[in-house]
Amino acid sequence: MEMVKLTIDGIEVEVPKGTTVIEAARQIGINIPSLCYLKGVSHTSSCRVCVVEVGPRLIASCTLPCENGMEVKTNTPKVREARRTVVELLLSNHKRECTSCNRSENCELQTLSKELNVRDIRFEGERINYEIDSSSPSLVRDQEKCVLCGRCINTCKNVQTVGAIDFSRRGFNTRVSTALDRDIAETVCVNCGQCIMACPVGALTEKENIKDVWKALADPEKFVVVQTAPAVRVALGEEFGMPIGTRVTGKMAAALRRLGFDKVFDTDFAADLTIMEEGTELLSRLEKGERLPLMTSCCPGWVKFVEHFYPELIDNLSTCKSPHEMEGAIIKHYLAEKLGVDKKNVVVVSIMPCVAKKFEGQREELSNDNLQDVDYVLTTRELAQMIKEAGIDFVKLPDEEFDNPLGESTGAAVIFGATGGVMEAALRTVYDILSGEDLKDIDYVQVRGTAGIKEAELTLPNGKTVRAAVAHGLSNARELMELVKSGEKHYDFIEVMACPGGCVTGGGQPIVDSRTQACIDVKAERAKAIYDEDKDMPIRKSHKNPYIIRLYEEFLGKPNSHKAHELLHTHYVKRDRF
Amino acid sequence: MNQQNCCCCGGNHVDERLEKVMKVIEEHKTVKGGLIPVLHEIQDTYGYLPEDILKIVSKELDIPMAEIFGVASFYSYFSLEPKGEHIIRVCLGTACYVKGAQGLIDRISKELNVEVGKTTEDGKFTLEATRCLGACGLAPVMVIGEKVYGRITPDDIPNILKEYQEK
Repeated sequence: MEMVKLTIDGIEVEVPKGTTVIEAARQIGINIPSLCYLKGVSHTSSCRVCVVEVGPRLIASCTLPCENGMEVKTNTPKVREARRTVVELLLSNHKRECTSCNRSENCELQTLSKELNVRDIRFEGERINYEIDSSSPSLVRDQEKCVLCGRCINTCKNVQTVGAIDFSRRGFNTRVSTALDRDIAETVCVNCGQCIMACPVGALTEKENIKDVWKALADPEKFVVVQTAPAVRVALGEEFGMPIGTRVTGKMAAALRRLGFDKVFDTDFAADLTIMEEGTELLSRLEKGERLPLMTSCCPGWVKFVEHFYPELIDNLSTCKSPHEMEGAIIKHYLAEKLGVDKKNVVVVSIMPCVAKKFEGQREELSNDNLQDVDYVLTTRELAQMIKEAGIDFVKLPDEEFDNPLGESTGAAVIFGATGGVMEAALRTVYDILSGEDLKDIDYVQVRGTAGIKEAELTLPNGKTVRAAVAHGLSNARELMELVKSGEKHYDFIEVMACPGGCVTGGGQPIVDSRTQACIDVKAERAKAIYDEDKDMPIRKSHKNPYIIRLYEEFLGKPNSHKAHELLHTHYVKRDRF
Repeated sequence: MNQQNCCCCGGNHVDERLEKVMKVIEEHKTVKGGLIPVLHEIQDTYGYLPEDILKIVSKELDIPMAEIFGVASFYSYFSLEPKGEHIIRVCLGTACYVKGAQGLIDRISKELNVEVGKTTEDGKFTLEATRCLGACGLAPVMVIGEKVYGRITPDDIPNILKEYQEK
């Protein structure tokens, strides 16, 4: 590798050719502040916060490649003044309601302002007024807090290839718009929430449902049941200062009980149920040779993406509801009666690493007897907020267990939270069913890891070959779909998660600032915790979950039975691609 | 693709304007930066950028609608609303402004019952305020279509408009 040598603030540093000055500086312990820069995603150098002095000039360091002999100064009066002026100008047209902002204490503009010692804002000028767009059940757009960094646009357009938003107009009137200024709910937005994760400020946030849940908890008539997705337990701790990748499953269960939920269940139970239904669906489609490749349907962002951009492949989607919807249906139409509770009084709350689940929860297809399967969806961040509001010292909580029967789960279920997990969980069950054995070698590492598209050809115990592909991040999903459509590749089973990394880095997870993201592979850290969780489980195959076995014996009959179809399966709708 | 009936052409007859636009879209499909020449053609052909046609552009050039809207709203040459048969441009450059161009605009607004930037209900006129047209010697200046009117007063407006209203 060709190396280049330069000095930054008099310190000599050698880096591979192509390294930017901002990255080289970080290697020697110099933090150059930045705002519009998001490593690997947004390199527009539009905000000018990261300027450094090179010779007589001030240059943005986020896009400045290191050169031999370069002398960079990052801490001169000129540099400090330029940076402060940029931040003051940004603040002069910013809705500064920091104390009540969703992103307070987790805002990159606030941090910059603090770090650069901005005290007075010397500039007073025209302010632009925008209406808040709260049309979407998943996210809220407040343009008066937007700093026009473009990180959301680059994420939506390039990482996700959705393109629901872009810059429009010019000069002072420049803003981030949907096509023709329509409400975001009327666009191709798939609600993945990756824009929220990219936003350095409070311009993009989830639609909060905290008040709804407090209200339900306070209502003595209501029986409020909570369930948590696999990815939440490996990220929630970060909201309380714990390191990225800390497992807090037991503390989370304890916290939920203290918040007052009547039952604390685990979506992992329904992930096992999903495997029973989807595994059976796969075997049946393979046998008939129809509607292949079977595509997973756990991810509501991916499902909406197919509905908008690949409506011709809708029939390939598994008809299985996503796990938390299955859990909701089972709670209301099976468990409520067993517990002697009127199902009309049951409120199901899902804690999800996701904002698309909020949209999904409201889909009319996901209801039975006029009751939505899930009533409210909270993100990992919202749960943390409730725990703080309740005054619970999370870090000091003892470990507690989930309630049964819908809290029992297996290692196969917990790995749903990482890309490749649904595929691996399904393979564990399919292999056992076809071989009639209890196989010991169950780590399908071919489908693990953070490569954008993973492929595996697996010979099943019946001699047949299954061609599998796993994609995460919608640009990878699009690439995969184009390969399938053109006939260039043939697959039998495809798993897609809309968010890069899968649910562990979903749009509802703790927000990691751009500086940390540049140094730590968050998705790999959280995924590692997920696989550790799997390894520690006494049972690691969905069909071995004793409560799943009992649920089929007592209520559902067998996988894909009439009853199962009624409660656990769904259908999809074609949508406009504009 | 059902391109023959998809927009404002009404019946089943072949829409010549659409055919022309489709040809330009086809030519620019693989050209980097092909969007702007395509939008130019649409603007010139229809007098504005109709949403239905932009949807065709989005699909054929594989560019998100939000991005097309971004480009269309950046350049003042493009309009997303239909324009009138006659476009009245009143210069609001410094010289014209000093010589009373605002009075011209106010009078036109009143006579035609139309705001600046909007089109009359009958679709006959669009009223625009423009930057310097480079004819300061004739201030205040107004242009209707291609015809330039210089050194005019608000009282000249009704007679000038009459020419076009009778057409």
